Amino acid sequence: MAAVSAIIIALVQVVLFVFLAPLLIGVIRQVRATIEGRAGAGIWQPWRDVRKLLVKNPVRAADSSWMLRVGPVALMVSSLLLCVLLPLVGTIPFPSIPSDLFVIVSVMLIGVVALALVGLDGGTAFGGMGSSRHMTVAALVEPTLLLSVYALSIPAGTSTISAIVETRLFSPEVIISPVSVLALVALSIAIMAETGRLPVDNPGTHLELTMLHEAMTLEASGRDLVWLEVGSWLKLAALLGLVSNLIAPWGVVTDFSALGLLIGVVSIAVKVLVLGVLLSVGEIFLAKVRLFQVPELLAGSFALAFLAVTASYLVA
Amino acid sequence: MTGIGAGLLLQLGLGALAVVSALAGAPSLRSRAGGILCTLIAVTGFLTGLAALLGATGGLLIPIALPMDPLLLAPDRLGGLFMLIVSGVGILVSLYAMSSTRGPDASRTAWAAMPVFLVGMQLVPAATDSVSFLLAWEIMTLGSTVLLLADHASRATVASAGIWYSAMSQLSFFFILAGFAVLAAASNGTSFTNLQAIEPGSGPANVAFVLFLLGFGGKAELVPLHVWVPRVLPEAPSHVSAAMSGAMVKIGVYGGLLVCVRLLPDGPAWWAIAIMLVGGASALYGILQASVSSDLKVLLAYSTTENMGLVFLGLGASMLLRGYDATAAADAALVAALLLAVSHAAFKSTLFLGAGAIIHATGERNLDRLGGLGARMPVTASAFGIASLGAAAIPITSGFVAEWMLLQSLIHGGRLDGAVVSVAASVAMPLAVAVIALTAGLALLTFVKAYGIAFLARPRSVEAADAREVPPLMQLALALGALSVLALGLLPGPIAALVANTISSNPTVAVQSVGLGGVSLPGIGAVLDPIILVALSALVAIPVIVSIIVSARRHPHRTIDLPWGGGGSRARPRMQYTATSYAEPLVRVFDDVLKPSRDVQVTHVAESRYLVEHVRVEQRVSDVIETRLYRPVLNLFQRYGIVVRHVANGSIHRYLSYSFVALLIVLIVVSL
Repeated sequence: MAAVSAIIIALVQVVLFVFLAPLLIGVIRQVRATIEGRAGAGIWQPWRDVRKLLVKNPVRAADSSWMLRVGPVALMVSSLLLCVLLPLVGTIPFPSIPSDLFVIVSVMLIGVVALALVGLDGGTAFGGMGSSRHMTVAALVEPTLLLSVYALSIPAGTSTISAIVETRLFSPEVIISPVSVLALVALSIAIMAETGRLPVDNPGTHLELTMLHEAMTLEASGRDLVWLEVGSWLKLAALLGLVSNLIAPWGVVTDFSALGLLIGVVSIAVKVLVLGVLLSVGEIFLAKVRLFQVPELLAGSFALAFLAVTASYLVA
Repeated sequence: MTGIGAGLLLQLGLGALAVVSALAGAPSLRSRAGGILCTLIAVTGFLTGLAALLGATGGLLIPIALPMDPLLLAPDRLGGLFMLIVSGVGILVSLYAMSSTRGPDASRTAWAAMPVFLVGMQLVPAATDSVSFLLAWEIMTLGSTVLLLADHASRATVASAGIWYSAMSQLSFFFILAGFAVLAAASNGTSFTNLQAIEPGSGPANVAFVLFLLGFGGKAELVPLHVWVPRVLPEAPSHVSAAMSGAMVKIGVYGGLLVCVRLLPDGPAWWAIAIMLVGGASALYGILQASVSSDLKVLLAYSTTENMGLVFLGLGASMLLRGYDATAAADAALVAALLLAVSHAAFKSTLFLGAGAIIHATGERNLDRLGGLGARMPVTASAFGIASLGAAAIPITSGFVAEWMLLQSLIHGGRLDGAVVSVAASVAMPLAVAVIALTAGLALLTFVKAYGIAFLARPRSVEAADAREVPPLMQLALALGALSVLALGLLPGPIAALVANTISSNPTVAVQSVGLGGVSLPGIGAVLDPIILVALSALVAIPVIVSIIVSARRHPHRTIDLPWGGGGSRARPRMQYTATSYAEPLVRVFDDVLKPSRDVQVTHVAESRYLVEHVRVEQRVSDVIETRLYRPVLNLFQRYGIVVRHVANGSIHRYLSYSFVALLIVLIVVSL
């Protein structure tokens, strides 16, 4: 029975996030446009982009290999797997493949690697540059990511993320403990860096020497580009969903029921969109930092995560 | 005679036959015959090791006339596991060498040394007394040194690597010999059973531990004794580098386990902390050097240091946790260390063989001159790619399972039933997790670079553009290696359960096999089932793939010559990112550790100094430990040598007076 409800919840999560992710990006862009005094393209523009790209003939360089075709799919599959494994709508885990945080991080890394290889495959200076910077940031984010995961796992006694969310749901005092706050701040910085948001990368730029993500996707077009874009959007949406469930776990389904599922779907959609708006507003006040100052930012977040772990041993 | 004894005897016989056939056989048949005999040796070793791992007992007793315990070769389960690792790599390497060796690599000496090396590596884990251990160790070292020197006549760097290797391996041997000597003196025996009687915290045990750490650490490429690695592994023929990195280095690990788990178990906490420090430093330093290296084989060599560092980190963590009675986490950490060793043997030998295939096809091991090999050498590319995923610890490969288990044991090790076990553990565990995380992140960059620059994009040199796929037998070895990486990653449960047998009498408490080859750690409540992960990915991939097929029917792709129109027709392959430029941000970030030397020369056009004619950039990252630690010592020796030259200037009168003075001193000492 647990397995069946786990499968249903996973299915709901995947379908919901595939629809939610482009909307989230639309909302983020629209909020930014409105605050900056521009009209904006409306919140449905990402959807129109997806439809447009799917009906275009992809253009591929003569020297590119199968990586340009398979890499985007790998990124998409890794993001879809994130939506399956993370407790977004409900916390009922799959038997024998629970939402273990280390597994989730490495599933995410599959997407990171796929994107970096796609960047190299075009055989241009731009793609290589983006790929190199992307991997440097990914390498430096990894310690923060795993240590904040470690800090979050200590109160629950397990690294299974559904158990962590349930612990926070049933004993909310954990959420505002200093350890948890430190860990969440560190995790958020790591996620911002991992998903290419400000101040690490500027998702709004094109053809700028400082960019990371966009440089890698320059050679991709048509359906190759769709999977790269949607895959990255899904990753952002799923990770925002994770953060929102860690901050405010209320509404998440712990016992399977139709009404609970509906509440779970609505609550996670609202939480992700609210977080998206906050992210967008926050980004207005941030400028992209120089690439060689990013390590300092990440070192700071690492220090927070490390403090969180040691504090949870020595204080609690 | 038992099966294990027969297996060991058969290996010795086959080894002797292989040496004879290499020395006496016709040159045209040498590689074929040598390859077949070496494969047979490795297969025999594999079966013997498997039998020992499954619990078969027995062995080979060699009576000697000296007044000490007899020489006994009788591997226990742990020894069996390492025989299995070594011979598994041996099979790959022998198959590969059969068709890859040519010129000096296929000489009479090289093919005679190969079986000696393989048999020597098999005998070390089989030994149950210190004398046969040391004998087998020297056979192994001798075989590998001769193999390394195959190409010494044509390349000066090989000769220099040979000197470094001999010096460092004899240093290791000296430390191990001294360690066994200290233990043997304290226990009045040379067999391991006698040595086990020594109290781990006692004075002789402490001295022996430090000596063993230096000795086995040198063989296992740990910092700061790793200096031979970036010289030796790149200069040796690729199949030899694969055997050294995949198998011989594991013998160093075996030595560490022999001391810390079998001979002197439950040592004091500082032993564990020392091992963790050395392991952590090696992991970080190794991967940092690997990530900035542009030479493919140097990169792989440094990455070996990283992996062995992680193995020792796991071993140290398990010792520390066992000291605080966190048995479940300690067992899991030890199993993780063993799994790391097994998976490293699989992926690193495949990577070295892949590097050998690249050299075979292009004659080039500098990544900056490769590129576009994926389309030209598809089998090599796939095998190298899968092994790279293993090295970067990406699911569903062997490397991922091992690293996952290590992380699980670390995060659950700090607490026992909700209570903090100790201050030391609660600082050591987060630091260890951070080290592993940074190592994993940099490994990801390193292997994306290695694979992406070598196999993707456009060829950066004529040699790379003209590359052809290697002969079928080499492809077979590569494919077998890649399959083993996948198999170890997809079926971690049975393998981990088998491995757990070697270290615990009650292994099901530590590790169990669940589901479809999944692994479960009941003591700390963690489960992983890679096959289900694969099934889930396949399920979510179906809609994506269906939509691709539909879209591809309606909107076929177009191929164009000019990938990036903005650069016009002048976007040449030279303008792509190279391995050096790929690692450039990292070199800047870790400037203080790596201390790169960079030289930029700008030549201006004669008419105007505002126009640049060409720019020449040279960047060199040297091994800081070698230049700061070894160079001063070597310089000291050199100065001493120069001084001593005056003392021994060849004058016979002077030498006679030296002997006379020496005789006088002896007489005075005796008469006192």
